[in-house]
Amino acid sequence: MTTTAPSPKGFSPVRAAPKPGRTVLFRIKRCEGPGKPSRWETFAVPIERGANVISCLQAIAANPVTIEGKKSTPVVWDAGCLEEVCGACTMVINGKVRQSCSCLIDAYAPSEGDTVTLEPMAKFPVIRDLWVDRSRLFDALKRVRAWVPIDGTYYLGQGPREKPRSQETRYKLSECMSCGCCLDACPQFVLEPDAAKWSTSFIGAHAISQARLFNMHETGKVLTGERLDSLMGHGGISDCGNAQNCVKVCPKSIPLTESIAAIGRAVTIHSFARYFRD
Amino acid sequence: MAGLAAAVRIGEAGIPVDLFSLVPVKRSHSVCAQGGINACNDVARQQGYSEYEHFDETIYGGDYLADQHPVLEMANWAPRIIDLLDRMGVPFNRTAEGFRDLRLFGGSLFKRTHFAGATTGQQLIYALDEQVRRYEVEGKVAKYEFWEFLGPVLDDGRCVGIVAQDLRTMQVRSFPADAVVIATGGCGLVYGKSTNSIMCTGAAAARCFKAGVWYANPEMIQVHPTAIPGADKLRLMSESARGEGGRVWVPRKKGDPRAPREIPDPDRYYFLEEKYPKYGNIVPRDIATREIFDICVNQGLGIHGENSVYLDLTHKEPEYLTKKLGGILEIYEKFVGVDPRHEPMKIFPAVHYSMGGLWTQYTKGRYNPAQALEKHRSGSAPPIGSEVGLGMAPGEINNMQTNIQGLYAFGEVNFAYHGANRLGANALLSCIFDGLFCGVSVSNYLRDGAPAKKPAESVSKTPFDAAAKAEEVRFKAFLDGASKGEPDAKTNPYIIHKELGQEMTAACTVVKSAPRLQQCRAKLAELRERFRSVRAADAATWTNQSLSYTRAVGDMLLVADAICLGGLERRESRGAHYRTDFPDRDDANFMKTTLTKYDAASERLSIEFVPIDGSLVKPTARTYGKVEKKDEDSKAPPKPAMARV
Repeated sequence: MTTTAPSPKGFSPVRAAPKPGRTVLFRIKRCEGPGKPSRWETFAVPIERGANVISCLQAIAANPVTIEGKKSTPVVWDAGCLEEVCGACTMVINGKVRQSCSCLIDAYAPSEGDTVTLEPMAKFPVIRDLWVDRSRLFDALKRVRAWVPIDGTYYLGQGPREKPRSQETRYKLSECMSCGCCLDACPQFVLEPDAAKWSTSFIGAHAISQARLFNMHETGKVLTGERLDSLMGHGGISDCGNAQNCVKVCPKSIPLTESIAAIGRAVTIHSFARYFRD
Repeated sequence: MAGLAAAVRIGEAGIPVDLFSLVPVKRSHSVCAQGGINACNDVARQQGYSEYEHFDETIYGGDYLADQHPVLEMANWAPRIIDLLDRMGVPFNRTAEGFRDLRLFGGSLFKRTHFAGATTGQQLIYALDEQVRRYEVEGKVAKYEFWEFLGPVLDDGRCVGIVAQDLRTMQVRSFPADAVVIATGGCGLVYGKSTNSIMCTGAAAARCFKAGVWYANPEMIQVHPTAIPGADKLRLMSESARGEGGRVWVPRKKGDPRAPREIPDPDRYYFLEEKYPKYGNIVPRDIATREIFDICVNQGLGIHGENSVYLDLTHKEPEYLTKKLGGILEIYEKFVGVDPRHEPMKIFPAVHYSMGGLWTQYTKGRYNPAQALEKHRSGSAPPIGSEVGLGMAPGEINNMQTNIQGLYAFGEVNFAYHGANRLGANALLSCIFDGLFCGVSVSNYLRDGAPAKKPAESVSKTPFDAAAKAEEVRFKAFLDGASKGEPDAKTNPYIIHKELGQEMTAACTVVKSAPRLQQCRAKLAELRERFRSVRAADAATWTNQSLSYTRAVGDMLLVADAICLGGLERRESRGAHYRTDFPDRDDANFMKTTLTKYDAASERLSIEFVPIDGSLVKPTARTYGKVEKKDEDSKAPPKPAMARV
């Protein structure tokens, strides 16, 4: 990166410091619980140096009064590491799904009176305010058997040797933090609160990519057939509409579309093999 | 991480496991560990390294405060643990031939640290999370995620279950269990902002402490010298930035308003270089931490009068920096929005790890020399091999059990392995070791201990109902407080927490002294008093996060008091604990565990010092001699410019 080129986040590395002490408005979509109507509330937050969405939500929690002067309650949201490795604090910020910890206010709202809009992810049921229930995402990992079926934890020596290239590919795929950005941005992945219907609803890019990850591992391979079976039917890989939104919003730049293509090929071969075998 | 390792091990033994977690387990704080995991390996072994030397380094690094037998067992197990993780599919970095690659890390002359990119902790916990998910599908493990542990249920001095609350429905209920393993990590949030995740409040440990579990070495809190100050948390900046020529400075003029690049060299105070002409910016961790702290807190010379100093790399070529330090510079750029290749970074020490924690027991293994040996000479032949059971006796039911029968503590929440200071890349190891090695102890306790005669299910319902009832009453009281109207600054839990963090950071981190610690205790007493009439900010009976937070603030006040009191009573300096009024280590009086007990009736803490078991290695001065400069990351070759994605 050079001194002048703006970074992908829209700020140049060297720039005039945004005015410290300015006030930014946070327009937040609130909801008391499942089935309850949602409403918008706006809070004015004085911006301290280095502020991000998390620190602003913390400031609101300490003094939850709207711009109309109405006493409200602290906003409910999910968060964990605040370093963009746990995936918890995902939400929709100014219309785009992303982690709130890495969302710097100086980049999003550099001027006095700028507005930042926060909404919960759209494809998962709201628990309260910005906190959504992402159990479906973890359920999908069960569907594709996203694990290496080891013989047990007793000592059995080393794992398989592996070429650096293979490790590099697997490491990249293994950085998926189950944040759900790829699902929220996917036109084929729709809100489905009924857990009974998850097994036939589109599984999503993250799980397809995890299937590829474990199919690549020397021991993980033994479940390849089962993984591909689970991706052949309803809600499997053929539901992908190739919109390619997933790869654009992935905060870890995981090559999700490559994974979809790789699994697509594997499923085709697998289904032929099964056709001739049966 | 420790909890997942335990769940896998115990589940594997055919024992049904209920796993309770504040967050989906995949999102636990262990994901933040970057550096790696230490273990003796074939290459290092041929160069003269051994499990025994790893043990010796850990004891020495911990400044002879750890009981020595458990550390020996952990070091001996380390290579087996790496092999297991490898089998689970952890993408460890590889050599051209496909072997696991190694890096040099603090406290060792040998390459003994295994790593997976720049996110080793994340990769390790994912591997265990995957195994647990597999067991979940197989019906061996049941997960209770977004449930908060409120306390152990005790019957006749024995732990027979827990009380927990669903953070969505706010339902409080008790769960019978023949054994309970606490694996809840550290307590960084006691300091307000730290490098810890948002749930690392220490509340679970505090709840056990209140129930009668002893808390050991609370004052041993590791502070990392270089972190990126943030409005919400402090993120680590690797020391390799200094190793690559980074210069630490502040403006000579207090509160100089100029931008860093407008300040000419004569107006800059390169305080490390001036004070330590020999080592300059690469003085060891503890010295760097103390000096930066002194400059900001005592001398008020921090940038713009705030708690930060410059770590300057701008005199280096940007291309060179990208090549050598790309990964870590990207973290700075991502979270500060400034390119450190062109503008000096602002850094400050940050609370990072708690060596202390719940007190745990163990049974010694077979290795018991007639007298303690001299410090191991690096690279020389080890006096013993690395067979299982030399350090701790495998399967003994008291291994990592607290003073309450049936209640175990694994991972950072216990005090067992790191003494007064933890070595880099030993944390992940101790977590997984506890889960695997002591998981068997839990299984054996079920088979041979009290549950065999009287399972928790057959205990009368009274203690379960009483425990759940008590927590419901507390919950209702918080709700009532919330509906009484707006809190003022005195009763606002967020403000109490903020003041707590500021006070603890000022008094109980880098530099401690009796007067300051006494002042801190007085402040804590004031905060506790204010907390009695605390007003949670939300009276909702559904998904009331504010209430859960408020309750944790109360628990943090207790942990803080233990940290402060331990710091006051330990009248010496050792490892991470530095007292200006007692600057030397005092083995005669303080090579002892700080044992803290809570008296529920008087709500008071008491402290006693109990001797450690140092029967394996004799203590020597922890100077790192003339290789001091080689300590920690500064000795390590610059980290490869890892693509951080």
